Amino acid sequence: MTTRIFGSGIRRREDPRLITGQAAYTDDIKLTGMVHAAILRSPHAHARITSINTDAAKASPGVLAVYTGADIEGVLNPIPCAWAIPDSDLKAVAYPAIASDVVRYVGDAVAVVVAENRYQAEDALELIDVGYSPLPSVINPEAALADGAPQLHEDAPNNQAFHWVAAGGDTDAAFADAAVTVSETINQQKLIPTPMETRSAIASWSSAMGELTLWNTTQNPHIARFVTCLVTGIAEHKIRVIAPEVGGGFGAKIAVYPWEMITAFCSMQLGVPVKWTETRSENYIATTHGRDHVEYVEMAADANGKVTAVRSVVYAGMGAYLSTAAPGIPTILHGLMYSGPYDIANITADVYGVFTNSTPVEAYRGAGRPEATFLLERLMDKVGDAVGIDSVEVRRRNLIEPFDNNRDVAIGITYDSGNYSAALDQLLGHIGYDQFRHDQEHEREHGTLRGIGVACYCEICGLGPSQVAGAVGFGGGLWESATVRIYATGKVNVFIGTSPHGQGEETTFAQIVADEIGVDVDDVEVIHGDTDITPMGWGTYGSRTTVVGGAAVALTMRKLRDKARVIAAHLLEADEADIEYEDGQFFVRGARDRSQSIQDVALQANVAWNLPEGIEPGMEASTYYDPPNFSYPFGAHAAIVSVDPDNGHITLDRYVAVDDCGPQINPMIVEGQVHGGVVQGAGQALWEGAVYDDNGQLLTGTMMDYAIPRAHLVPDIEVHSTVTPSPHNPLGVKGIGETGTIASTAAIYSAVMDALKPLGITSLDMPLSPEKVWRAIQASGYTGNGHGHDHGHDHGHGHNH
Amino acid sequence: MPNKVPITITVNGRSHSAEVEPRTLLVHFLRETLNLTGTKIGCDTSQCGACVVKMNGVTVKSCTAFAVQADGAEVTTIEGLADGGNLTAVQEAFWNNHGLQCGYCTAGMIMTVTEIIERNPNPSADEVRAGLEGNMCRCTGYNNIVRAALAAAAAGQGG
Repeated sequence: MTTRIFGSGIRRREDPRLITGQAAYTDDIKLTGMVHAAILRSPHAHARITSINTDAAKASPGVLAVYTGADIEGVLNPIPCAWAIPDSDLKAVAYPAIASDVVRYVGDAVAVVVAENRYQAEDALELIDVGYSPLPSVINPEAALADGAPQLHEDAPNNQAFHWVAAGGDTDAAFADAAVTVSETINQQKLIPTPMETRSAIASWSSAMGELTLWNTTQNPHIARFVTCLVTGIAEHKIRVIAPEVGGGFGAKIAVYPWEMITAFCSMQLGVPVKWTETRSENYIATTHGRDHVEYVEMAADANGKVTAVRSVVYAGMGAYLSTAAPGIPTILHGLMYSGPYDIANITADVYGVFTNSTPVEAYRGAGRPEATFLLERLMDKVGDAVGIDSVEVRRRNLIEPFDNNRDVAIGITYDSGNYSAALDQLLGHIGYDQFRHDQEHEREHGTLRGIGVACYCEICGLGPSQVAGAVGFGGGLWESATVRIYATGKVNVFIGTSPHGQGEETTFAQIVADEIGVDVDDVEVIHGDTDITPMGWGTYGSRTTVVGGAAVALTMRKLRDKARVIAAHLLEADEADIEYEDGQFFVRGARDRSQSIQDVALQANVAWNLPEGIEPGMEASTYYDPPNFSYPFGAHAAIVSVDPDNGHITLDRYVAVDDCGPQINPMIVEGQVHGGVVQGAGQALWEGAVYDDNGQLLTGTMMDYAIPRAHLVPDIEVHSTVTPSPHNPLGVKGIGETGTIASTAAIYSAVMDALKPLGITSLDMPLSPEKVWRAIQASGYTGNGHGHDHGHDHGHGHNH
Repeated sequence: MPNKVPITITVNGRSHSAEVEPRTLLVHFLRETLNLTGTKIGCDTSQCGACVVKMNGVTVKSCTAFAVQADGAEVTTIEGLADGGNLTAVQEAFWNNHGLQCGYCTAGMIMTVTEIIERNPNPSADEVRAGLEGNMCRCTGYNNIVRAALAAAAAGQGG
């Protein structure tokens, strides 16, 4: 047996085109006769449009057309929301691609200019004269739900988009009986996903054929095609969506936006290909945001720190309209995860989705699960403090015991497998927890502000069983597909329905193929992102591509291996039952010299000169794989931070991650996913936040103002793992794309609070910016010598509601 | 509309003459006029570094230079690094160390790391991180970009 390719950290097969500048992202593509669109966006958070004059813009050099809301009426249907959470009184408000009467956030489209080049289009935008009558606006989701708040939509009273409750056990009784209860108000600030590639689309309409081709920066081209069909009225089979190279998504490229529908409209009107590409400032107002919760959360425990209940009231901002998957995020992907890795018998999640005058909110890396993890870990720290036990010990007392095949939790879902304490134990060893606590005692005597934070998590991904998707209101299935074709030369094409955009599945899926059927990994090419070429699939999000799409590939290879075995038996003139397979060779048991390679068999299958009776020619198979359950990766992360009392600056000294995503196809890629996720989560804890003024203007509207992590601000991330296979997945895999973000915000926040503990500071809003931290330190009476602090007060907790 | 201005720029060893509007950014000239789309645009405020190219031997953000400012200059873009099929040590190190995921920041990262190593053939991890202050990546957490830079420096060629 040679070294197994499954599990090898081979370098990525997609990289050569990316490191030489040869890869083509949407904005890199030029079509003959292509013209350029630019979108005029509302400068007001809420206003009535009183007039629009486009005459000067139409007369501007190079301008071919200017369209407004009146032009799309009756041509483009409103943008649909695809996740209608049942039993939640969900208000599917109208979401027009171009506003014609009222604009509801800074960024709402008001008009579009098409010109020969981008410069001309943007010149002409400035010549459109729009009259606005400003209306009062509201940004904070809790405030938006209050009586008297400005109303966004006539058919959504109190701006309530939906109200969803999930419960298991008897939460009220558990709180009434509890020895200890703790509570917290958490501001899960609005975040701007910031993939390095902004969004872009090229639409090319063929009037002769009635066909639309749409190049689109999307994570899910097949969903994009489906929704494009609903919005434009073009039949689904006459739409081709191509996701070429896509420069990161993080959830922001799930939604089907008005902007590519407008681009398609322009192409259909003008009969030429039209390109639209966002500027970064446009991206920050027009591409979806993440998080945006105001949460009131509580935990009940007995005197030993054994948690008995958790409950929440959550106000989740939806922004001005419901984006494609938005309602599912604070509900299914958040409220259902309130048990985390812990054994908690009584759980209630009470979630309001609320319209606000801001950019629509969607999935953002982790999507609901970072918020759930954060509140559990926050409350776990508080329970530890309340009963007087260490923050790690309180977690250990509550972790679910190891299990390898299904464990129900109170909220009504079933985890697949877990060994949470093993991950925690490994973590504590790597970070040197006991030693740190020992050293910290001495450091605190000298006033040094260093802290450690540990976060345990379990998350739901590998979305998911389609029956469940339907039951929870998702407007589609969540299965995945693969078609694999082995040619006469033994080379292999793999066509997949998912659409990776940086996660490396061109490599890991080739590894699955090589592992299953014994071909060289370099003989495999994985093809994705083109609805005309690839089988239907639901896309890349929710850490589902490897779990669900990878399973579809593996099962397809097993079908092909079965067919190859039949052909090999025929060629070897042996009984099929006597054929053994190993490393790409089929041989007669006991006579290894009598063998046929997979390449030999593929040649014979393709030429079909000598096939056994009843066997079709060709070496191709497809699988549509619908998983029986979600997958539940887990782990434990720890951060060590230092706080500079002179300026409030936080230094991330060390970060250690232990994650369990089951067997790893390519450990190098797994590690890379953790690195990136951890740093993104650090961004939320320490630096990032969409800040609006009282008029609903985004103040963090450029990369100069919105602080994503930079290289000098983060340490080398130390990555380790445990391996607990998923019992239901054909490869045992669980998914790794979001774990970093899910754990790191909580771990880093906890570490900062630990550092500030001697000062009596127990809570601050994220991001933990230097100014905020410095002010809290000032207010604490900190003197720098480790003595004389005021320990009695809870300082610095202010919410910008 | 302002009059167009004639310019001649040598890009990746080839001389190109064109007439451009004075306001044309160098990055747009490279991408739209010369079809060298390996250089990316990631922001509009000169923060992200996706557009970094080498001009007369030093890195510049090509979104922050006008094409007319490059008149007479020698410009190297990501497309000009590999000599035929031979990757530079920095490119090779990015590949070997998983220094990229979506690849969008990669051209700028490779151009910048190449210069970091040219200036300091034996940088520390902290020096690499400081040198990447003007380049943003959202996928890698910078971890493997730093590893790639250190590996390229260790390979002793740097580009």
